[in-house]
Amino acid sequence: MALNKQVANAEDAIKGIESRMTIMFGGFGLCGIPENSIAAIQNNGATGLTCISNNAGVDGFGLGVLLESRQVKKMISSYVGENEEFERQMLSGELDVELIPQGTLAERCRAAGAGIPAFFTPAGYGTEVAEGKEERWFNDKPHILEHAFDASFAFVKAWKGDTAGNLIFKSTARNFNHAMAMAGKITVAEVEELLPVGQLNPNEIHTPGIFVQRIYQGESFEKRIEQRTVRIK
Amino acid sequence: MALDKNGIAQRIAQELKHGYYVNLGIGIPTLVANYIPGGIDVEFQSENGMLGMGPFPFEGEEDADLINAGKQTITALPGAAFFDSSTSFSMIRGQHVDLTVLGAMEVSDQGDIANWKIPGYMVKGMGGAMDLVASAKNIIVAMMHTNKKGESKLLRQCSLPLTGTKCVTKVVSNLAVMEITDKGFKLLERAPGVTVEEIQAATEGRLILEGEIPEMKL
Repeated sequence: MALNKQVANAEDAIKGIESRMTIMFGGFGLCGIPENSIAAIQNNGATGLTCISNNAGVDGFGLGVLLESRQVKKMISSYVGENEEFERQMLSGELDVELIPQGTLAERCRAAGAGIPAFFTPAGYGTEVAEGKEERWFNDKPHILEHAFDASFAFVKAWKGDTAGNLIFKSTARNFNHAMAMAGKITVAEVEELLPVGQLNPNEIHTPGIFVQRIYQGESFEKRIEQRTVRIK
Repeated sequence: MALDKNGIAQRIAQELKHGYYVNLGIGIPTLVANYIPGGIDVEFQSENGMLGMGPFPFEGEEDADLINAGKQTITALPGAAFFDSSTSFSMIRGQHVDLTVLGAMEVSDQGDIANWKIPGYMVKGMGGAMDLVASAKNIIVAMMHTNKKGESKLLRQCSLPLTGTKCVTKVVSNLAVMEITDKGFKLLERAPGVTVEEIQAATEGRLILEGEIPEMKL
């Protein structure tokens, strides 16, 4: 029998979230972010959180919501433009920010889930990012040592999932969600459509259920677009 | 006349070769996709997780789940593929991408590039730029030759925090095409009507002149 990971709603899904935890959030910009879980964490009120997420949302949406409610102590991201409240908190020193290369961010997630404690990458050599890190040459090229993340929870968002925790993503909404699902000690997936086991084709699963501890169907998805660009017919 | 942003993109597009996988950065590099030379096929990689990126969607067909690395709504061409971020950067670090085009605030004559931070003024982050410049074999920088105050952005040494060291292969500016060599910026082409003297005056880094410098053909 397939295991059943289903929880009733976002409130149940975030049980165990406490102040000062390190938490991962999938998504790229506002694409593929776990918006229902973010709302529930705001209601939960935990503070002093360290958030690992490629971006920090925008004012009033995405992780911007948790910044506004002052629940975030530190952001670990690769790109943090487009958010005034973020900038204000960063410049005033209320918010600690660690910027790291995007590929390193992704690999530190993947490594965490794959049992690789650290790895060498060429990204960031000779820059501020390399300060204090071990350097080694391989194949006549310099590399720096980066460590796997350690996160208590990972919140991800998928298009479809089943009660066994198997996930399928849509288009570029996959982004960091897969590697973060691998990395979380407790991974919580919210999906647009939750199906009974047997309804998803096993050949088409992107993230196997072993990486997911809790799954629920999100109540609503706003799926806000950050940069609406179109061409004329 | 110095080139505008579209002119720079048009000149860079001449560097595309049939069969290339190409990563275009935000800003001027994005415009390169508008000038793919006839008769060749290239495929665009977007580091947020797709190959086969197409043009912007028609109005009403935007999809929040389908964006490029600049977070703009886009489309997928036939043959496109989606993948996760760690796979995307495997393609980049693993040198499966043939050409990277990105913008810069400063480039040094040894090929160092700075494009992610102005201390005390702007800190948006490096995004995928550090991974791209650390690994790509062929990196073309699209940039204006001077800043708004008229100061050179092609320098002996970068003054801003670096994105990567000794990595840029070519620079295409509004004034010139230059190749990075051991001895500095080697001037390859001038923008239409721009003189060698004007390029020299706008370049703080070492500029190498060898023989006649032809005008760009656009």
